[in-house]
Amino acid sequence: MRAIENEFVRRFVVPAVASTALYWILVSIAYRNDYYMYVLTMCAINVIGATSLNLINGFTGQFSLGHAGFMAVGAYVAGSLTKFGHWPFVGALLAGMAGAAVAGFLVGLPTLRLRGDYLAIATLGFGEIIRMLIINSDKLGLKFLEGPRGVPGIKRYSTFGWAFFFAVVTVWILANYIWSTHGRACGAVKEDEVAAEAMGVGTTTYKVMSFTIGASFAGLAGGLHAHLLQLLHPASYDFLKSCDFLVMIVVGGMGNLTGSVLGALFVTLITEALRKLLELRMLAYAVGLICVMLFRPEGLFGTREFSLGALRFLAPRRPVSQVGGDKSGAT
Amino acid sequence: MALLETKDLTINFGGLTAVSGLNLALNTGDLHGLIGPNGAGKTTVFNMITGVYLPSSGSIIFDNHNIIGLQPHEITKLGIARTFQNIRLFKGLSVLDNIRIALHMRANCSVPAAVFRLPQYYREEHRIKQRAMELLKIFGLQDLAEKTAGSLPYGQQRRLEIARALATDPKLLLLDEPAAGMNPQETKELMALIRWIRKEFGLTILLIEHHMEVVMGVCEHIKVLDYGVTIAEGPPEEIKKHPKVIEAYLGEEIKSA
Amino acid sequence: MELLQQIINGISLGSIYALIALGYTMVYGIVRLINFAHGDVYMAGAYIAYLIANRFSEETVWRFPLILLASMGGCSLLGMAIERVAYKPLRNRPRIATLTTAIGVSIFLENLVRVAIGPNFLGFPEIITRTSWEIKGITISNVQVVVPGCTVLLVLVLHYVVHKTKAGKAMRAVSFDRDVAMLMGVNVDNTIRITFAIGSALAAAAGVLVGIAYPRIDPYMGIMAGLKAFVSAVLGGIGIIPGAALGGLMMGVAEVMAVQLFSSSLKDAIAFVVLIVVLLVKPTGLLGKVASEKV
Ligand SMILES: Nc1ncnc2c1ncn2[C@@H]1O[C@H](COP(=O)(O)OP(=O)(O)OP(=O)(O)O)[C@@H](O)[C@H]1O
Ligand SMILES: [Mg+2]
Repeated sequence: MRAIENEFVRRFVVPAVASTALYWILVSIAYRNDYYMYVLTMCAINVIGATSLNLINGFTGQFSLGHAGFMAVGAYVAGSLTKFGHWPFVGALLAGMAGAAVAGFLVGLPTLRLRGDYLAIATLGFGEIIRMLIINSDKLGLKFLEGPRGVPGIKRYSTFGWAFFFAVVTVWILANYIWSTHGRACGAVKEDEVAAEAMGVGTTTYKVMSFTIGASFAGLAGGLHAHLLQLLHPASYDFLKSCDFLVMIVVGGMGNLTGSVLGALFVTLITEALRKLLELRMLAYAVGLICVMLFRPEGLFGTREFSLGALRFLAPRRPVSQVGGDKSGAT
Repeated sequence: MALLETKDLTINFGGLTAVSGLNLALNTGDLHGLIGPNGAGKTTVFNMITGVYLPSSGSIIFDNHNIIGLQPHEITKLGIARTFQNIRLFKGLSVLDNIRIALHMRANCSVPAAVFRLPQYYREEHRIKQRAMELLKIFGLQDLAEKTAGSLPYGQQRRLEIARALATDPKLLLLDEPAAGMNPQETKELMALIRWIRKEFGLTILLIEHHMEVVMGVCEHIKVLDYGVTIAEGPPEEIKKHPKVIEAYLGEEIKSA
Repeated sequence: MELLQQIINGISLGSIYALIALGYTMVYGIVRLINFAHGDVYMAGAYIAYLIANRFSEETVWRFPLILLASMGGCSLLGMAIERVAYKPLRNRPRIATLTTAIGVSIFLENLVRVAIGPNFLGFPEIITRTSWEIKGITISNVQVVVPGCTVLLVLVLHYVVHKTKAGKAMRAVSFDRDVAMLMGVNVDNTIRITFAIGSALAAAAGVLVGIAYPRIDPYMGIMAGLKAFVSAVLGGIGIIPGAALGGLMMGVAEVMAVQLFSSSLKDAIAFVVLIVVLLVKPTGLLGKVASEKV
C-alpha cells in the first residue's frame, strides 16, 4: 500500500506541483509582454507536436513525416467548430483530436506493410494529400473552408495557460503510456518486429495505436495553433512543418521524451531568436541543423531522460532488488 | 491426440523447395530433435510453425487448432514459443525489459489503466516484475537485470533468449541451435538446463542443434532433414547408425565425437 | 487527338521527372539515403544555367549544349561537396540522422539562392528559339522534341557508364553489397562520390530543360519537383535505373492527364495518390523484386 501511495505522489502530485510552479514562474517573467506570451504559447504547442511525434518515431521505431497533416486536421476541425458551430474551446479541441485520431488510424492501417524510408515517404504523401484536400475543399463541397485562401477570424482562445495545461497533460499521458507494459511493447516493435511477434506482441496493433495516439495529440497541437494564429490556412501545415517536428525530436534525441520537450523549446526559441536576422534566418537555421547533426548526431540531449532523474531525486524509486529479492540489485 | 502435428508440410521459395512433405508429431512432454546439414530446412520448419512463413501446402495442428494463416503473435498466444538461431533479443533494451515484454501478452492491463495509472496498472506491473525476476533468477541473470541485453556475453544472451521464450508461458518450446557458439562447459550446463526446464515447466520441446552431443544427449527422438526431405527418424542410437544419415551428414562428426 | 496531345505534353514533363528520379534512385541504391537535397540540386542547375545564359547572350547553335554542360559540371561539383560535407561523416549513423541532415542541406540551398539571387520568380532566358509545328491538329514544339531527346541521350550515356565502365561496375557492386565490394577492393568512397556527381549532373540537366520548357524558376522549385521525382523513383522500384526513367514518364503523363480531367490545383495531389497506391499494391515498385526477410 505504501508503494502505491509513493507512486501516487510520484505520478500525480509531483508533476502537478512542479508544473504549477513552472507555470507561475514563466507567467511572472513574461507577464504583460504579448510577444513573450506568444512565444511561450508556441513553445507549449510545439512540445505537444514533438512529443507526440516522438511516440511514433522514437519509441515505436516507425518513421512518420506526415505530422503536419494530422495537425491540419485538428486545426480545421477545432477551428471551424468554434467559428461556425460556436462550440466551446475545449470541446472543439477534443473534437479536433478525435478527427486527427481517425486520420492517424486511417494512415496507420495501410502503411503497416511499409518500413523505414518507404513508410516515411508514404506518411509524407498522406500529409500532403490532407493538405491538398484542404486546398481543394471549396471544390469538394466544403465551401466555408475557402480552399487555398484559408479561414480568417478564428477567435484567439489559445492563451498560454491553456497551451501550457495541454502540454503538461500530453507529456504526462505519453510518459505514462511509454513507461507501461504497452510502451514496452512499442519498444519491442522498434527493436525487432519478428522477435516482438514471436513474444506475443501484436505489432500491427501497436503500430496503429502509436499512429492514432500520436496523431490525436498532433491534432490537439493543431487546434491550439489555429486559435493562436486566428487563422486556418493550408500553407501552415505543409511538409516543412512536419520537418520542424522531426528536427525537434532528432535534436532532442530520438526516443527521449524529456529530450523532445527540450528539443521543442530549443528549436522554437532559436527560430524566434533568429527572426532578427530576417533574410538570413533560415540560412542560419539550416547551418545550425547541419552542424548539430554532424557534431552530435545522437541529438543535443542524447538518449538519457532528464526529468526522470530529477523525479527520482524527489521521490526515490524502489530499486530492483527489493522486488526480485536478490541482494545486489541494479547495476 | 498429439500436441503438435504437421502433415505434408511443404514450402517453396521461388524455385527452391526448402521443406517438402514434412510429418511431425509431438506428444505432450516429448523432447525431439531436428537435425540436418546446413540449409536442410530446419529453421524454415520453425518459421512455418511459428507463422513467420506461410507454408505452400500441408497442415499444422497445434493443440487442436489449425494454426496455418494465424499471425505469429496469435500462435505465441496459443502456446508456442521459440528462440532464434541468430539471437534476436531486443538488444537496445534492458535484460529485465526483454522478459517483461514477453510477459506483456498475458498481462491484464488496459491502455486507459496504464495512461491514468489506475490500481490495475500497479497490480499488473508488480506481478510482471516479480515474475520476470523469478525467471531471471532461474537463469542466473538476476544481477544483470538493468544491463542492456546487447551488452551481455554470447552465452548469457542465449540463456536470456530461452528465459524470454519461457516468459510467454508456452506449452511447446522451439529451440534453434541453443548451444551454438557456447564453450563445452556452457554446453553442458545448457543440457542440464533444458532437461530441468522441461520437467519444471511441463514443456514439450523441439530442438535444432548441430552439437551432436547435445542432440544425442537430451533428445528421445530425432528427425533428420536433408534438402528439405526427411531422410531418417528414430531414437538417437538408431540415427547414429543410420547409413543415409552418416552419408548425408554425420559421418565426420560421429567418428570424431 | 486530344489524348495524344496530352501524352506528348506529359512526356516532356515526364522526362524531366525521369532525369531527377535517376539521381534519387542511384544515390538510394548505393547509400540507402533519400537525398532530400536532390530537388534543390536540380534548382541549382536551373539557376546556374540562368546566370550563364544571361552573361553569354550570343545566339549560336552551341549556346544550349554549352550551358547544359556547364550546369551539369557545376552541379556535379555541388553534389560531391554535399556528399563530402554533410553525408559522409554520418554514413554509419541511423538513417533518421542522415535524413535530417539532408533536410538541412535542402533548406540551406533554397535559402542560399533566395538570399543571393532573390526570392521571386525569374523568367528563364530563351536559349533555344521556340518554333512549333502543327500536324493533324496536334501541336508539337521543338522544345517538346529537345527535352525528351536530351533525356534519352543522357539515359543512354548513363546506361553505358553503369554497365560498361569500371566505375559503373563498382557502383553496381557497392549497391549490391557494400561490405563485400569493399573486400573485393572497390574504392567505396570514390564510388559514392561518383554516384553523387552523376546523379547531380542529371538533376542539373533536368533543371536546364525545365527552364527551357517551362521558363519560370524560383528557389523553391525543387521541393515539389523533387518529391514527384522521388515518387517516380519509388514507382519504378527504387534503386532500379530503368525503373526511375519509366516512373518519371508515367508521373509526367499522369500529372498532365489529372490537370486536364480534374483541376490544376489537384496536379500535386496526383503524385501522392499514385505513390500511395503503388506502395500499397506493390511496395517494391513496378520493376522491383519482392525480397522477403530471412529469419
Ligand atoms: N525467406 C527466404 N527466402 C528464400 N529462401 C529462403 C528463405 N528462408 C530460407 N531459405 C532457403 O531455404 C533453405 C533452408 O534454409 P534454413 O535456414 O531452413 O536451413 P537450416 O537447416 O536452418 O540451415 P542452418 O543449419 O544453416 O541453420 C536454404 O536454402 C535457404 O537459403
Ligand atoms: Mg537454421
